[in-house]
Amino acid sequence: MNKEIIKINDLKREFTMGNEIVHALRGISFTINEGEFVTIMGSSGSGKSTLLNILGCLDQPTSGTYEIDNVKVKDLSRNELATIRNEKIGFIFQSYNLLARTSALENVELPLLYNSKVSTEERKERAYKALEMVGLGDRMGHTPSQLSGGQQQRVAIARSLVNNPVMILADEATGNLDTRTSYEIMSLFQELNEKGITITFVTHEPDIATFSSRTIVLKDGNIIKDYLNKDIKSAATELAALPVEDH
Amino acid sequence: MRLLNLFKIAFKAIVLNKVRTLLTMLGIIIGVAAVIAMLAIGEGSKESIRSTISSMGSNMITIRPGEDDRGPARGSGGDVQTLTLNDYEVIKEKSTLLNYITPLVNGGGQVINGANNWPSTIYGVNPEYLDIKVVGLQNGSMFTDAEVQSASKVVLLGQTVVDNIFPDGEDPIGKLIRFNSIPFKVIGVLEQKGENTFGQDQDDVVIAPFTTVQKRILAIDYLNQILASAVSEDDAPEAVTEVTEILRAQHKLLDNQNDDFSVRSMEELISTFSSTSEMLTVLLVAVAGISLLIGGIGIMNIMYVSVKERTKEIGLRMAVGGKGSDILMQFLIEAILISITGGILGVILGLSSTYFIETFLQWPTSVALYSIIISFAVCAVTGIFFGWYPARKAAALDPITALRYE
Repeated sequence: MNKEIIKINDLKREFTMGNEIVHALRGISFTINEGEFVTIMGSSGSGKSTLLNILGCLDQPTSGTYEIDNVKVKDLSRNELATIRNEKIGFIFQSYNLLARTSALENVELPLLYNSKVSTEERKERAYKALEMVGLGDRMGHTPSQLSGGQQQRVAIARSLVNNPVMILADEATGNLDTRTSYEIMSLFQELNEKGITITFVTHEPDIATFSSRTIVLKDGNIIKDYLNKDIKSAATELAALPVEDH
Repeated sequence: MRLLNLFKIAFKAIVLNKVRTLLTMLGIIIGVAAVIAMLAIGEGSKESIRSTISSMGSNMITIRPGEDDRGPARGSGGDVQTLTLNDYEVIKEKSTLLNYITPLVNGGGQVINGANNWPSTIYGVNPEYLDIKVVGLQNGSMFTDAEVQSASKVVLLGQTVVDNIFPDGEDPIGKLIRFNSIPFKVIGVLEQKGENTFGQDQDDVVIAPFTTVQKRILAIDYLNQILASAVSEDDAPEAVTEVTEILRAQHKLLDNQNDDFSVRSMEELISTFSSTSEMLTVLLVAVAGISLLIGGIGIMNIMYVSVKERTKEIGLRMAVGGKGSDILMQFLIEAILISITGGILGVILGLSSTYFIETFLQWPTSVALYSIIISFAVCAVTGIFFGWYPARKAAALDPITALRYE
């Protein structure tokens, strides 16, 4: 147990904007263990997007080390980073980023299309199982325009699960959803987390953080708080407590 | 990444944008169809010219008196009297590459049968004329060498002449007719040849022994032409050289003097006419090629728009593990699929429009396999060439920027 999935040490990221050097991350360190549900909080400009990009292997740090699943990410080429993203990370975006006019099943298959080790049959089967896991087994053939926002995000979650990643990386995954739907999605995340899936959730909404097991708060490129949640709220219970909407 | 998967992705993108894809293809379709149809028309007219000339005897060599100026405004060779029967005999004796040879004298006149008359041309030749011109007889027989010797008053008629002076359809064989005022006995009717490409009626002729025409009708002692045929089509150019040398020696021309005669083979005639039609073909194909190029630019344009429009999709594909090379291939395959499908449709359209041109306009056409292969290859290359730049652009995108692109 307690396998360290993410190891970050003195991570710095600087951008050059004209003549100015912007310090997005000023040397942060933390580790994430297998099975954790971590929320990364911070207002805009806190460096959380930069951290997310680095955690997601979309960007490289200026200095410091980043290890995911015992692979040192620094000095990897563009193609090697793509392979890491393909095999170890599941992305979930605020705006779902599903392919339009493409069925849910095909959307979920997408990451596996870029993995030559997965055969066509296996790909279909894994995509189907992932959709079942998020409760959309009966909507495989639906295109995004035929699905509600919450359902679209579920498809996106299924897509992030399909490659059996070591970590799911969610970027404001409930940002486009109403309270009810976002609680539904959070409850799904909690379910997945109970099954042992590691989740890193970047958000600026404090109530989302209450559903996670650990919260890291960033401000101006530094970690100002990193604490374990003693009182994890259940999204399912919160959902049940919401007043019934009348239509 | 398996190539098959990339094909699926690219195919899917094309299917999702049917109308746009079709419009993009239209440029290629029209370009390819135009190239094929234009080449078919060009080849067709070339072949028809060739076959017309061949029907006049493709081995034929024509020797005319007078200097060869080969311009379109040739002076009347008939007025020059440098070609004699003696020349004919010398050529016949010395040449090695000719199998048939005949002197030729000709003159116009009225063919008369009772109340019917018809203006035509009488050709005075020897019996070998038929072999040189590759004409058969539909009736009767050719005159003999003996009849040539004796300057017999016998003639063979072309079908047009027969139709006009024997309008009731009687058998002309054995009948007496007159050419101008001289009576002739009809001994044969020539096989029908129809019009040639230059609109000349090849059946409007009267054939008689050259001795008869020379002495009794024209009263001349020179020849208008000497016709010969080379042993084979391939030997024709050499035969031309040989005849030229024999005649130069015969006419005692010095090295610095020009020929006072001209020798031409049918092969030259063919190439003269072919080169005109070839130039036209080149022009047509150039125009068609330009439209193919424009089609290619259309593909590039649409691929460029497509890359811009799908920036976010590209970002997503990269985020879930698509490598730059995967993205490059995806767009390249898309461009190639568009151009190749357009090429196939273009070939179909080209062939069917060629068919319509042949059927309804009655233009001679001939579809050359190479035109299909070339336009198809150009098409595929166009796809790669014009798809490369947009695909390259897509592959070079930064995933973070692409994901955030709105």
